Amino acid sequence: MLGQDKKRAAQRALVDRVLNGEGNASAEQRARAFRNEGLSPPLDVLIGKVADRPTQVTEEDLAAATASGCTEDQVFELVVCAAVGQSARLYDAGLAALAEATGQGEV
Amino acid sequence: MRLEILNSGYGPGTKLLFAIIRLFSGHPVPDAAKVVFYRPDFYGACAKEFTHEAMRGPSAWSVGDRELMAAYVSTVNESAFCIGAHTATATQAYRDAPRVAAVLADLESAPVEVPLRATLRMLGKLTRDGEVGAEDMREVLAAGVSPEQVKDALAVCAAFNTTNRLGDALGFELLGSDGFEAGAKYLLKRGYR
Repeated sequence: MLGQDKKRAAQRALVDRVLNGEGNASAEQRARAFRNEGLSPPLDVLIGKVADRPTQVTEEDLAAATASGCTEDQVFELVVCAAVGQSARLYDAGLAALAEATGQGEV
Repeated sequence: MRLEILNSGYGPGTKLLFAIIRLFSGHPVPDAAKVVFYRPDFYGACAKEFTHEAMRGPSAWSVGDRELMAAYVSTVNESAFCIGAHTATATQAYRDAPRVAAVLADLESAPVEVPLRATLRMLGKLTRDGEVGAEDMREVLAAGVSPEQVKDALAVCAAFNTTNRLGDALGFELLGSDGFEAGAKYLLKRGYR
């Protein structure tokens, strides 16, 4: 039980850090990348691919993001947020299904 | 990697560390390791902590089982770098290459234990479809997997869905088989921290 709490706590710490800690991209942009919604072109294309079909990300997608005025550091942060966000949704969905199956509350 | 800062944006201390690793291991630092050294305060420090906890923290699953889960999730995502890295690590952990190869080629016919097969099947569905239901979880539990083991497997799945995405989006350079073998040896000795 204790071990599991540490795994979930470590994941929550990662989510909290990338969303709410200091960054070069605004907290609002990072939240949008995390949720994969509300970003304007061309960032929406890049972030949508990172979340849903990452093998299709191309050099050009990243070049378009930097050409649109983002620094490489900002692009790095938004890509990280998109990856962590999609993974967090999978983790949440799995834990919710388990809680339903076992009749336990939120885990 | 596709962002120049991830190739050259490291401080002198980190560059020296990379040089020392290359000298002693005979291999350049893999991109998966480099990315957690880039501005570690933003991503790397927390990511290493979570991944280490998921892969090496207390669990009823063996290290080999968890490395196989990582390889399996990476296979579903078609994430080439992570497939190479964690196929090698699972193979070394189990000392059983045919077992790992069989699971990754065809889970349903592979000679693995019923609980592990049911768990991998569920992780595959979650990764592929983005969702699983209570019925999927009941099947896993009925196969003899404890709720704690399900949670542990979900943590592995979350960690590798993140790393797979970074590898593919940022363009982690593939290693030769000797590079993946050396990386696997390191991960089994030192873990992810």
